[in-house]
Amino acid sequence: MIQFIVRRLFTSIPVMLGVVVIVFILVRVIPGDPCTATLGERANAARCAEFNARIGLDQPIPVQLGIYLKDVVTLDLGMSSKFGRPVTEVLLQRLPTTIELTFYALVFAIVVGMGLGIVAASRRNSAADVGAMMLANLGVSIPVFVLGLVMAFFFAVILKGTPFALPGVAAGRLSPGFRFDTIPEAWGIATLDGPLRGILDFLSNMYTINGLLTFQFDLFIDAFRHLILPAIALGTIPMAIIARMTRSSLLEVMGLDYVRTARAKGLRGRIVLFRHGLRNAMLPVVTVIGLSIGGLLSGAVLTETIFGLTGVGITISQAITSRDYAVIQGVALFVALVYVVVNLLTDISYGFLDPRVRPS
Amino acid sequence: MSATVDAATGTPLPAVDAGATRNSRSIWRRILAQRPAVIGLTILSFLFAVALFADVLATYNPERSVLGIETRAQGAVARAAPCIHALGCAADRPEHWMGLDGNVIDEFARVVFGARVSLLIGFVTVGVAIVAGLIIGAVAGYAGGWIDNILMRIMDVFLAFPALLLSIVIVTILGAGLVNAMIAVAIVAIPIYARVMRASVLSIREQDYVTAARAMGESAFGILLRRVIPNSLTPMIVQGTLGIGTAVLEVAALSFLGLGAQIPTPEWGQMIGREYNNLQNAPHLIFFPGIALTLTVLGFNLLGDGLRDAFDPRLTR
Repeated sequence: MIQFIVRRLFTSIPVMLGVVVIVFILVRVIPGDPCTATLGERANAARCAEFNARIGLDQPIPVQLGIYLKDVVTLDLGMSSKFGRPVTEVLLQRLPTTIELTFYALVFAIVVGMGLGIVAASRRNSAADVGAMMLANLGVSIPVFVLGLVMAFFFAVILKGTPFALPGVAAGRLSPGFRFDTIPEAWGIATLDGPLRGILDFLSNMYTINGLLTFQFDLFIDAFRHLILPAIALGTIPMAIIARMTRSSLLEVMGLDYVRTARAKGLRGRIVLFRHGLRNAMLPVVTVIGLSIGGLLSGAVLTETIFGLTGVGITISQAITSRDYAVIQGVALFVALVYVVVNLLTDISYGFLDPRVRPS
Repeated sequence: MSATVDAATGTPLPAVDAGATRNSRSIWRRILAQRPAVIGLTILSFLFAVALFADVLATYNPERSVLGIETRAQGAVARAAPCIHALGCAADRPEHWMGLDGNVIDEFARVVFGARVSLLIGFVTVGVAIVAGLIIGAVAGYAGGWIDNILMRIMDVFLAFPALLLSIVIVTILGAGLVNAMIAVAIVAIPIYARVMRASVLSIREQDYVTAARAMGESAFGILLRRVIPNSLTPMIVQGTLGIGTAVLEVAALSFLGLGAQIPTPEWGQMIGREYNNLQNAPHLIFFPGIALTLTVLGFNLLGDGLRDAFDPRLTR
């Protein structure tokens, strides 16, 4: 197994390299340059020459690419021309928002999607089945931003002042003025330095995790309430896809001979459904879960825009408009990494679900 | 069945042409037996009617403020709520079924004309993507070898990027605007059609009537154009119907972000994007275009699902 994982990681290096090179060239094809995009009216030839020299854009493109590749190996992703800070710093600050958002969206999609699919398949053609599939059809058709805004109107405007109210449009990640401790502060190790400090700061930025690890439950609840609407808005399309796939895959499996045998031996319906049916119906479901993660990153751009979350989605759309080459490349590298890891995890899970599929 | 022969070349035509009327009638019956397809067709017929009769339905200009015609005293202010006489709106005020938008333009006119824009976006975008995908997929599948390898690897690279992010990059290269947004969404969609086309070409390439055509000395290009492509269109049509919904969604998303349709074009995504910060005091400016957008996508998705089930009995539920 470990051998398989290592080999897969090695074979994914060309894919990553391809993405880095393509994005590197692509961003330099975009008309406009970082200097005029950043300095605006203050840009002139002398200032731009100085600006380009500072972030290494005065070199020929092949030289720039060589330097970039050498730096990437040491985890140095270059300087952001817009923020004037290292890209790794910008990403470490903004990734936690997106990771938290997509995590809860995915949990919602898997739990609700599989739940609906199982209910629909186990009571085929019943009102529950028709209802669940109508919900799924609506779910794939409603745009992320429309669903987000409709929910925000209901929970933040209509229910305002009731206990059911939730933070709505442009509400950010926490209530205004909310104070909290980072993990190193709460644990009394604020003087800590080095990579461990970096990891803890990164985790601190995922507010729900921070709240749980440091027992600041008010922080957890406030952050979680801010995440409910964005996560549902983002998770609805994958939820609907998972529901449909679970239903059709389960119906196919439940029609097979060994399921009839299990029923004939007198096993209870629920045991047949979960132990014989669901487990064997999971392969295609896991595949669509893996495929939907790329879509979540697309949807994150829209969700973050509506709910005022400064995550990676907003960062990349800002970076593209301000021609912030290093940030675009950094995010693209991250997206490619997610793609590789998700594919790997999907393949590994096949082996667990079906012993006949041995990773080789 | 009479032996149909192509008058120009003397080669027999593929069997599918014979008895085409009988076939097409049974295909229609199969499609109409699918409940989702019927619902989808109903929604789409309604939308087509709205788009076709937009001039008749909308009494106001979708791109011009009503301020010259109506006064502020009559309620002509930015983001005015809907005024419907039957629902108790004062009779001396002009009716605006969906209220007025931020530029004091009749929202109903914009939503109605938006149907025209969105249907056009869907068909043109997918049409372009299908033609490009068809050519790439057909060439890759029929030629095989290194041509196939290179073309499909390029398609794989495109598929590895999240669709919206890739289209944002392409729009940035081309410049913001409705046509450029459509081009970007079309480019991003090409790999799907190329794959579908290639798969069906691979299976059709081995059919007897293709071998027959080759034996009779028909050129490779002729075989591709007259034998292979016409017979591999069904999966493309199914995929294309599902793809129209996606294309409408993606162009709307780009417009929502300000990269697609620009003011004053009545495009639903752009209308929502301009007004979502006023959700609290003017929710009608989000809801009406939002419902229209959802309905359109739902219609194409349901029809696409129905078509797929009708053409692929293995998937029948």
